[in-house]
Amino acid sequence: MGLTLYDKLMESHTVLVDDGTSLIYIDRQLIHEVTSPQAFEGLKMANREPWRLSASLAVPDHNVPTTDRSGGVDSIVDPISKIQVETLDKNCDEFGINEIKMNDIRQGVVHVVGPEQGATLPGMTVVCGDSHTSTHGALGTLSFGIGTSEVEHVLATGCLWQKKSKNLKIEINGELNPFVTAKDIVLYVIGQIGTAGGTGFAIEFAGSTIENLSIEGRMTICNMAIEAGARVGIVAVDDKTIDYVKSKPMAPKGDDLMKAIDYWKTLHSDDDAKFDKVVSIAASDIKPQVTWGTSPEMVVSIDGNIPDPKTVSDKVKATSYSNALKYINLEANTPINSVKVDKIFIGSCTNSRIEDMRAAASVLKGKKIAPNIKLALAVPGSGLVKQQAESEGLDKVFTDAGFEWREPGCSMCLAMNADKLEPGERCASTSNRNFEGRQGQGSFTHLVSPSVAAATAIAGHFSNP
Amino acid sequence: MKKFEKITSIAAPLDRANVDTDAIIPKQFLKSIHRSGFGPNLFDEWRYLDHGEPGMDNSKRPLNMDFVLNQEQYQSAKILLARENFGCGSSREHAPWALLDHGFEIIIAPSFADIFYNNCFKNGILPIALSDSEVDALFNYSGEITVDLENQSVSTSEGSYQFDVDSERKRRLLNGLDDIGLTLQHADKIKAFERDHFNAHPWL
Repeated sequence: MGLTLYDKLMESHTVLVDDGTSLIYIDRQLIHEVTSPQAFEGLKMANREPWRLSASLAVPDHNVPTTDRSGGVDSIVDPISKIQVETLDKNCDEFGINEIKMNDIRQGVVHVVGPEQGATLPGMTVVCGDSHTSTHGALGTLSFGIGTSEVEHVLATGCLWQKKSKNLKIEINGELNPFVTAKDIVLYVIGQIGTAGGTGFAIEFAGSTIENLSIEGRMTICNMAIEAGARVGIVAVDDKTIDYVKSKPMAPKGDDLMKAIDYWKTLHSDDDAKFDKVVSIAASDIKPQVTWGTSPEMVVSIDGNIPDPKTVSDKVKATSYSNALKYINLEANTPINSVKVDKIFIGSCTNSRIEDMRAAASVLKGKKIAPNIKLALAVPGSGLVKQQAESEGLDKVFTDAGFEWREPGCSMCLAMNADKLEPGERCASTSNRNFEGRQGQGSFTHLVSPSVAAATAIAGHFSNP
Repeated sequence: MKKFEKITSIAAPLDRANVDTDAIIPKQFLKSIHRSGFGPNLFDEWRYLDHGEPGMDNSKRPLNMDFVLNQEQYQSAKILLARENFGCGSSREHAPWALLDHGFEIIIAPSFADIFYNNCFKNGILPIALSDSEVDALFNYSGEITVDLENQSVSTSEGSYQFDVDSERKRRLLNGLDDIGLTLQHADKIKAFERDHFNAHPWL
């Protein structure tokens, strides 16, 4: 019987199996400032050295300011944020770990930087102390988020204990409707299977719609696999993947590249691979999506209405819906496109790559944001994305429309830096989580694609591009 | 890590589904560079009426008395009773650190999010998945509950429920074993694997 791509990658990285749990070898460990200090603290306390220094690449992203930071780490106003960034610098210097520091042009959100630098290559196992590590699966890698104890474990042993997940294939076929993007696809999928629909599974995204997406679009989809409960999202390697990675700075060169390409071409599920579960979706059913509640599964099409908890038969779900509506201060049955917003955030590891910036800019070109929009932020995913966007004049399109064009970082996706919403403010956000208080205490987050965020900025309420 | 022993305690009932790790420990508290001290900020946004920031004197903050953890009878609870998909969202290990720092050593729910479930074991917390009806029964029960990991049972004066736990995880919890030390016992095998792996994939 054939193997799935997930099975192949698990198998090819298994050092040993003990009582059904595999010790798997980790090719790449990405590190950021929030989930690593206690791991380094643990190493020092136990007097341990990193197993393999070249496995690691570090970059600060969660706490960095997106405003002027020419003053270096001293530009960070919040003293605690500053300590975290300084601690990362100090730990990387002390242990000899390769770090892209805050004011390096290559700095950015770790899940944008990894693929961009070729630190993520097909067939690798990639881990990071961040649940959105599933992003890297778009390049045919086995990638997943880990906790800080596991960050320490990988640093110390080069390996991780893993129980094998089940295989779930989500197959999306057909042509997409106009202005429907990767973000809409993944929000729609989560709306269909729920935030626990992928729990215990590795999700392979497949089908003609996925094949026709760009690599960046595939990253957006794999990024949010975790919002469907799956630690791993993965897409088979094809010519697009190879074209994408082969020119990256850390990609192999010469003979090694030829050998690597031969191997990468094998990175797909076998035709007779057995999946534990298959979900099929027609691309034509997907319209631009907007979340209405406090969980990514609480999502409707842009032309839809907010659901009524009274019509939900499942008691637990109906209560969740009522709680969500109460928190987010909206009435059931309201058309979502009539809901006004206060702020716009275009950025995050989900949607801050060059194609996202282009998509938003194409909607904004020659237009102005609505008078009720208090702040519109465009935060590129890395210094290199920012540079590319500026060379295309996109920064001008954003600023002419009334957006602020910022320095790269996680920013208002989780509001650990100074970019946050005030209580009661409503935001159209291209990020990945709409949990209570995610973008600032008492604030309301609605997840959308960059195109919808841009159209919403212009209209002042949720709007189709 | 300390050895996990039989625990008898009342359970604090948190009657909400999909409790995410942002709710368990809000992001402003992730800025600490240490592992301890998160307990007073567990469920911060539900527990206090004001907005919490690191460095505040939590004993002077206004409490939300409607929130279960603020009720007198649950102050010493070592067991947290919750609903489905507990611990979803961000992978932050600060969530189990905060739960443990507050005093919770056991969480009982119908289901858990994967990353959170793993993080619990690594920090000496036992997450127990019981069926919906068993969890309902515990929500309707107010006395002491005994959790016996050795025998994989949850017992009340009204009944006893068996739970599943991976045997290796059970062994580690019961013996308080450190994960890294155990893995490094296999260092030779890791080195041998590594050599073959890099020979086969020289570009890595």
